[in-house]
Amino acid sequence: MTAVHEPLSEEAAARLVQVASLSSARFVIRGGGTRSLFSPPEGTEALSTRALAGITAYNPAEMTMTARSGTPLAEIEAALAEKRQMLAFEPTDLKALTGAEGASTIGGVFATNASGPRRFVAGAARDSLLGVRFVNGCGEIVKAGGRVMKNVTGLDLAKVLAGSHGSLALVTEVTFRVLPVPETAATVVVSGLNDAEAAAAMATAMALPVEVSGAAHLPESVRGRFAGGALPGEGAATVLRLEGLAASVAVRQEKLAAELAAFGPVSVLDAETTKALWREIRDAAPYADGTARPLWRVSVAPTMGHQLVAALRLETGVDAFYDWQGGLLWLRMEADPEAALLRRYVKALGGGHATLVRARPEVLAATPVFEPQAEAVAALSAQVKASFDPSGVFVSRMVG
Amino acid sequence: MDQIGFLAPRPAVLARRREIVADLLDLMPPGCLVHEERELVPFETDAFVSYRRLPLAVALPETTAEVAAVLKYCHRYGVPVVPRGAGTSLAGGAIPQEDAVVLGLSKMSRILEVDYANRTATVQAGVTNLSISDAVSADGYFYAPDPSSQLACTIGGNIGMNSGGAHCLKYGVTTNNLLGVKLVLIDGTVVELGGKALDAGGLDLLGLVCGGEGQLGVVTEATVRLIARPEGARPVLFGFDSSEDAGACVADVIGAGIIPVAIEFMDKPAIEICEAFAQAGYPMDVEALLIVEVEGSDAEMDAMLGKIIEIAGRHGVRVVKESQSATEAALIWKGRKSAFGATGRIADYICMDGTVPLGQLSHVLRGTAEIVAKYGLRVANVFHAGDGNMHPLILFNANDPEDAARAEAAGNDILKLCVDAGGCLTGEHGVGVEKRDLMRHQYAEVDLAQQMAVRAAFDPQWLLNPSKVFPLEGRPAA
Ligand SMILES: Cc1cc2nc3c(=O)[nH]c(=O)nc-3n(C[C@H](O)[C@H](O)[C@H](O)COP(=O)(O)OP(=O)(O)OC[C@H]3O[C@@H](n4cnc5c(N)ncnc54)[C@H](O)[C@@H]3O)c2cc1C
Repeated sequence: MTAVHEPLSEEAAARLVQVASLSSARFVIRGGGTRSLFSPPEGTEALSTRALAGITAYNPAEMTMTARSGTPLAEIEAALAEKRQMLAFEPTDLKALTGAEGASTIGGVFATNASGPRRFVAGAARDSLLGVRFVNGCGEIVKAGGRVMKNVTGLDLAKVLAGSHGSLALVTEVTFRVLPVPETAATVVVSGLNDAEAAAAMATAMALPVEVSGAAHLPESVRGRFAGGALPGEGAATVLRLEGLAASVAVRQEKLAAELAAFGPVSVLDAETTKALWREIRDAAPYADGTARPLWRVSVAPTMGHQLVAALRLETGVDAFYDWQGGLLWLRMEADPEAALLRRYVKALGGGHATLVRARPEVLAATPVFEPQAEAVAALSAQVKASFDPSGVFVSRMVG
Repeated sequence: MDQIGFLAPRPAVLARRREIVADLLDLMPPGCLVHEERELVPFETDAFVSYRRLPLAVALPETTAEVAAVLKYCHRYGVPVVPRGAGTSLAGGAIPQEDAVVLGLSKMSRILEVDYANRTATVQAGVTNLSISDAVSADGYFYAPDPSSQLACTIGGNIGMNSGGAHCLKYGVTTNNLLGVKLVLIDGTVVELGGKALDAGGLDLLGLVCGGEGQLGVVTEATVRLIARPEGARPVLFGFDSSEDAGACVADVIGAGIIPVAIEFMDKPAIEICEAFAQAGYPMDVEALLIVEVEGSDAEMDAMLGKIIEIAGRHGVRVVKESQSATEAALIWKGRKSAFGATGRIADYICMDGTVPLGQLSHVLRGTAEIVAKYGLRVANVFHAGDGNMHPLILFNANDPEDAARAEAAGNDILKLCVDAGGCLTGEHGVGVEKRDLMRHQYAEVDLAQQMAVRAAFDPQWLLNPSKVFPLEGRPAA
């Protein structure tokens, strides 16, 4: 068992880190422990944000909230829901998928930049993050950004901390932008398209002035595992979400359905089904199958998604579905993660990145879970890491 | 006006001026180096015209390889470099210094690829902001961030400053619309950050470079997000009896969960200046004006406008005027977007750029009026109200050094007021030299030290745009 530190205040955390920076102690930062991509290596201690919890400010009229990093995501979403607001980037919840236990924290959400279906039009977690307080690797308490929507005062450190997977600093508090919950939502479903046709249909939808806020393709192999098996039509389901004022969703839904009729049979899902369906898409629900079969989250240019899957299929057993207009793939391998093969094809198809989000522990330990960086970028990232954490107190797999 | 200091020129660089010019001539094709004193004058300042410095030379490379060669050379010989787009910075971000080579991107102005299926455009850094939207508009797309200077400013400069614009309330600023860059580091290394795939795998270095004010590297290419143009858009004018009423209305509209594409604010002096310039049909008998733009189909616009009009009614709106034609809509925006230029025709001005929480708008507007009155100056307010990004234009006479000093002092007081109200020094124009010495008002020493450490990770010798952003005293030894 590794030691777990649970500082009760930002100051206490800073002292711990400061002492560590002068000794050989090494920390793995932990929020709820639900998004961690590896078990802490030998000789490291866990530094938990659990006791740094609580919403410190919520101003619905200004659409901003400030919370300590260990605040459970559920608490934040409940507070927002009370005022009919939400996190625009729809944070993913992969617990069912990875079998992780515990409560996801807001700090972990930002540290992993965990963004769901709306991301490809409304931005990622990093785009909602306005300001941070953090303890750097020297044990100094630093603040960056602020609580206003527009701020270019100095370097945007909040951006680089978002998605840094605990490699740079212990984030103690986050201030983020929130948005009103849309009055209503609907999903237009086109049935029976193959992956390439679906890519064309989704591109067509995105070219229309209807503000699609979710574009996913659920091939036949997975469609039965969405919406309790009740998706309308035969074969694959290509689904497009519309959100907004009731009057405008009605108008846009008709326009979109009319355009997409050329691709295949079209039907429409109501607000309630829409909500449940996109939650399942967000959390890659079909792959919460109780197994530890390797699961990848792959980001490529939207038009490359189906080409990648087609290429992989010729060489290995793979099951997949698509979000972000085809630019986000959830790929489940039969047995081996096939990291080298996958990354070779990603590169050949114009580049992107593959993150291994699930596998047996020994496979996770042996596989580079994050996309390896080009040499010059890796060198630069190492310099940036050193500028936050010169003695390497924070251990993470993201930056060596 | 010469209150703001620049770094003292490095004597060793000045002494080698002729050699440096000769070497740079060799690194680029003919016609790419400006070095005659007379020809350097157009580069001595940007839109923050109170300050000027003649650079050592101006390099205008045509390729990424040439940019890399110039940087590598300057790195080797310790020559400062000031990247430059169109030189429209209002914060002095592109003002050179005597020992610096200006690296201008103006010859790299091609649109390299438009990819509608992936909704991206890849362009060279010297492309102007507006030309991206112009290139794709016939096909029904646009590039969202729209600084008022969009006819002139470059995408490289937009990335440098993380620029915004009127329509950013809904679509976000540059950083939210930027997918990738080709960046040349100070030692000449070329790196690609991001691309058409979202959320690149490692650290979000792209997020640092955007808003890096030319201190982290030189952007030579960018991939940006295109958006399908809405079916229709309609700006509507709302006139109020006081700035307080208008400010409170803005806070209530946003508070009600309504996010139009744009909410722009003008006070009476700004209305008069812009109307005289553009004959946009602004009401002249009100104290404050909001331009609220909604978009979508007619039915959608009607629905949203109905809600906004109702809220405005609660704040005693006196005039509601919808644009009746595309021509009228264009005029309304022309008036707003020429606000700075039109102001410049009647007086010298400096433009502040503090952002405040929406609930503080009225308070800060009142405080601004008091500060400006205290210094015996005039002010016109025209700004992006929906996101609290204020632009008081302080009017003064540049030929009167005392007047100029008063304007600068008033500006500083206003920015401090913004910070104290929970806001920040600059929402979209950048720190440059203008706000550099106020940074300590917003950040503690340790906050600045962290930013400087990150900056130094990219450019350990502080050669890139070194006089900007961070106060000159208290910097780490390079
Ligand atoms: C009339 C007027 C209206 C304006 N309205 C707005 C507005 O609505 N919103 C807004 O945000 N701004 C506005 N601005 C400010 C200005 O136009 C923006 O800051 C713009 O982005 C600057 O672009 P530029 O090409 O002129 O860059 P420059 O002024 O040349 O440079 C700006 C900064 O970016 C750096 N830089 C330039 N090119 C590169 C590159 N290729 N790589 C790395 N760094 C680079 C420079 O070193 C400098 O620090 C306005 C300015 C004027 C004069």
